[in-house]
Amino acid sequence: MAGVSHWWNSKSRPAQWGYMVPVVIFLLALPVLNPPIITTEPYTDFPIALFNAAVFALIAIGLNVVIGQAGLLDLGYVGFFAIGAYTAALLSSPDSELGVRYPWLVIVPIAMVVTMISGVILGTPTLRLRGDYLAIVTLGFGEIVRLLADNVDPLRGNRGFQNIARPGGDFPDGTPIFSQTDALGFYWLAVMIIVIVLLFMGNLERSRVGRAWIAVREDEDAAELSGVPTYRFKIWAFAIGAAVGGLSGTLFAAQVGYVNNQRFDITTSTLYLAAVVLGGQGNKVGVILGAFLVSYIPDRFQFEPTYRFLIFGVALIVLMIFRPQGLLGMRQHLLANGRQAYQKLFGAGTAVAPSGLTASSKARGDLSETVPDDHAGTSPRGGGE
Amino acid sequence: MAHAAPLVVHAEPWINFDVGLLADRFWANTINGLAYGSVYALIALGYTLVYGVLQLINFAHSEIFVIGVFATYLTFISLGFEPGAIPNLPIAAIILDLILAGLVAMTVSGLAAVGLERVAYRPLRRRNAPRLAFLITAIGASFAIQQVIRIWRGSNPEGTIRLLPPQPVFTIFGAPITNLQIVIILASLAMFVVADQFVNRSRLGRGIRAVAQDPATATLMGVNRERVIMITFAVGGILAGVAALFYLMTIPQGAVYNGGFLLGIKAFTAAVLGGIGNLRGALLGGLILGVVENYGQSLFGGDWRDVVAFVLLVLILMFRPTGILGESLARSRA
Amino acid sequence: MIRRRIAAVGALAAAVALVLSGCANQGGGEQQGGGPAAGAPSQPTDAALPAGNGQGRCAPGTSIGYAGTIAGQNAALGIAIVNAAQLAVDQHNAANPNCQVTLVRADTGGTPDTAVGPTTGLINNPAVLGLVGLPFSGESRAMGPALNAAGLVNITPSATNPGLTQNGWTNFFRGLGNDAVQGPAVAGYIQNRLNAQNVCVIKDDSDYGIGLAGTVTQALGPRASCQIDVKTNQREFSAIIGQVQQANPQAIFYAGYYQEAAPLIQQLRDAGVQTTFIGPDGVKDEQYVVNAAGSADGSLLSCPCVPQEGFTDFTNAYRQAFGVPPQTYSAESYDVTTILLRGIDQGAADRAALLNFVRSYQGQGLTKRFQWSPTGELTSTPVWMYRVQGNQIVTDTQIG
Repeated sequence: MAGVSHWWNSKSRPAQWGYMVPVVIFLLALPVLNPPIITTEPYTDFPIALFNAAVFALIAIGLNVVIGQAGLLDLGYVGFFAIGAYTAALLSSPDSELGVRYPWLVIVPIAMVVTMISGVILGTPTLRLRGDYLAIVTLGFGEIVRLLADNVDPLRGNRGFQNIARPGGDFPDGTPIFSQTDALGFYWLAVMIIVIVLLFMGNLERSRVGRAWIAVREDEDAAELSGVPTYRFKIWAFAIGAAVGGLSGTLFAAQVGYVNNQRFDITTSTLYLAAVVLGGQGNKVGVILGAFLVSYIPDRFQFEPTYRFLIFGVALIVLMIFRPQGLLGMRQHLLANGRQAYQKLFGAGTAVAPSGLTASSKARGDLSETVPDDHAGTSPRGGGE
Repeated sequence: MAHAAPLVVHAEPWINFDVGLLADRFWANTINGLAYGSVYALIALGYTLVYGVLQLINFAHSEIFVIGVFATYLTFISLGFEPGAIPNLPIAAIILDLILAGLVAMTVSGLAAVGLERVAYRPLRRRNAPRLAFLITAIGASFAIQQVIRIWRGSNPEGTIRLLPPQPVFTIFGAPITNLQIVIILASLAMFVVADQFVNRSRLGRGIRAVAQDPATATLMGVNRERVIMITFAVGGILAGVAALFYLMTIPQGAVYNGGFLLGIKAFTAAVLGGIGNLRGALLGGLILGVVENYGQSLFGGDWRDVVAFVLLVLILMFRPTGILGESLARSRA
Repeated sequence: MIRRRIAAVGALAAAVALVLSGCANQGGGEQQGGGPAAGAPSQPTDAALPAGNGQGRCAPGTSIGYAGTIAGQNAALGIAIVNAAQLAVDQHNAANPNCQVTLVRADTGGTPDTAVGPTTGLINNPAVLGLVGLPFSGESRAMGPALNAAGLVNITPSATNPGLTQNGWTNFFRGLGNDAVQGPAVAGYIQNRLNAQNVCVIKDDSDYGIGLAGTVTQALGPRASCQIDVKTNQREFSAIIGQVQQANPQAIFYAGYYQEAAPLIQQLRDAGVQTTFIGPDGVKDEQYVVNAAGSADGSLLSCPCVPQEGFTDFTNAYRQAFGVPPQTYSAESYDVTTILLRGIDQGAADRAALLNFVRSYQGQGLTKRFQWSPTGELTSTPVWMYRVQGNQIVTDTQIG
């Protein structure tokens, strides 16, 4: 594992993207290859399982901005996902009282703007809270969104919205590319969206915004004192994370073609968090892997429905105990351009510094349950002392 | 026959503001809220104790509570009570049975909490895992415990066993208060006082507070941190066992595998409301939440109960960012 | 301890069974429960049973599917359905050596999004000729277009939203009356028999509860003077009871399931509210009576299903197989599975043939007579009122 990351980190960014191309092609081909053992069929349609995993991955990438980059523990992220899905429903379902039927491509930017605004609305009063207090308030927000969908009649509660718009287009044989039961088109679309979002996020992380996030994550007070407007950048993190959540919500709503108030509960929210932490918060590839597992394990064990969630729960515990830092671990750079900086300091090809940091954390002893790279959920006492 | 009926026409507004009902039901809501809030408070104490010591949101605590509910229920069954029947026993025998069931629930929940700590948290502590990792094992454990109970006992609620049907004893401002409510409110307060005294006065409690305040120093001063953590989980579990007994006395239909989820969320909300890490905050938060939920239901309608709870939480944290009583466990000593 | 508990439950179950079968034996002669002499139909001796005539022939590997919740939230309802379907298949296979049918289960989790993958798995499984499910209206709506496109005959034993048959799906059949049938019948009963002027309609937040409360409220008109909402999985109703006490109605109709109805009725009675309580088929369940611990006595329960007298064999077989009595919609599931099996026995070897068989099917089942209109609604859906009396559910009268 260390060798691979060593090799990987020594490559230049364009080279890394070059290596990523075949990986992406492989991922695109996966539902067609339908490899034995990995496939979830015959119990669950494999392309749909992959599509669900891809939506999960997109959500995890968005949540990773909030948790992994800015270090804000958000337990109500499902609320943004729900807002995205409901925006799609309201703007395209015949059941909607708005009476409009916008195409999916028009809905996507609207939904992203709406969720961004809701991210700002949630963030403005709450982002002055620290650590776990923020966590519980966001959890409350997620529940409030779900309960509003339940209680406010125009949102139709459990009855839901049918016939939500899908992207258009046909395969050469005349079957639609984007349909509910043939998720191939949707899966490819989701993978392409993930690639675009990853490119965007990578650039964002290396920008001033990304540096500010890392500063907030590492030490909010120090960042504030150094002139970083922490509050504003925290709101940015919320808004951008929310927009990605909204985007995934529209993707989900389009594929299922139906939205109601189920599926937007706290349990789902905690699963998103599990995806991020399991994969390795702060590591974009890691959270994709984590999301894949969290979505895939229950699907894979569909053949044993009675036990599948038990298996899933035990798997979460076991994976976490064996990889407490996440499957791919956090990229422990304190700098946005950490790679280059570390290369200059330690010479090209040196793995990005975790050894030094981990050693120092060990030296500080086993007494503290937190290690220095524990970014999300700073304890409320942490700031004041 | 099966003609196309017009779909539901909703004439009723989806939210109402019934101030009259709120005023009429004020005292009844207060009493009912205090009784139900006591259950919140007892569960919240478990969240707050663990949080105070480990800064860990123990997401699986609601499942510890459910284990307590099933322990209570199965004790009733093994005492020979039958679901659906109303026992005809002298009151002394019923009280003895209730106490016995409570003791079993406390023991089982306490052991389960310690077991949870061993399986899901201790290995992570050994590995210096980041705090969020604990959250994930907690979620995993929560899934696993729920599913084990479901596979074992099925997904239907267990049958009803009522040992102490509520009887109005006297009225306060026209609102009846039942024997059950008196028992629950008083016993919860007593449990709280015991827990509070234990943490604030006993030698073990001093250890808990020491670890909560500064684990490193506490260890250097000779406090056995692992032991303190174990005791903290045990105390939280025991309190959850008491809550389980009271819950099953109030809601005899409550023994179901997923019955802890909503209560757990509410109890955690209560703990944060009062100031997480603070025992008195948990008590206060639980009672306030129980009462305000009832007011909210009368004012806005029954389906707004949970919204009211969460909006209250957001509002309080906006003005008191660390909860009503603020302070952490370490600093709240008498 | 566990063993003893099981023994105790078993003894209780046996006692209930004895009492019930006692009722059943008397069913033809004298009326139990003193209901009006509208008369329960005699035991449907001509009810189609899964065993058939034992001469069924079909290709090896022939399957029918169940798609619905097995392990997710609200799993109880799904398990009651899948167990009954399994029982029907097992009885069929035992009696028909030349036709061994497999029941393929797909756990949809009960929610629309998680239903897509498993249900599509069934659609893409060519051995599956027919589908029992989906239990909930939400997931049925989500998957309806795909099932229709696949031409896979789909009989739901429990989804009652009237809108489901208005989508132009040609493969969708409903094995029970919808909300629009039961609602007006109940409202008529409340108006004419109970002569209630003020009625509280309490509903949960499920599609079922909302739909049913809507049709009842509409039919009651201004008599539905108070509307109260509760949540699925709610167990504590003190504030709701306050609302009821203030409204002081002459009847309470609860649109929802027994899991909430049992604690609700108990807390209502504890608080001294003695108003007549009426529940729908979601409440009509032995569990309601047991879980309300005496408070359910006198409750009226409507159901678009014929009285239970004919169920004895089924009830006993179900209890023997799964250790618990059949629950809400178990019998419906048993009936619709039987219809699919009958089609397979009679030579329907592909989906189109089985769809055609169901479309033109007519016959008596345990719960009712099955024959469908072109949209997939039953052509005749008798609605009966039942009453809880002495901790049993007894027949009251036919109301629609």
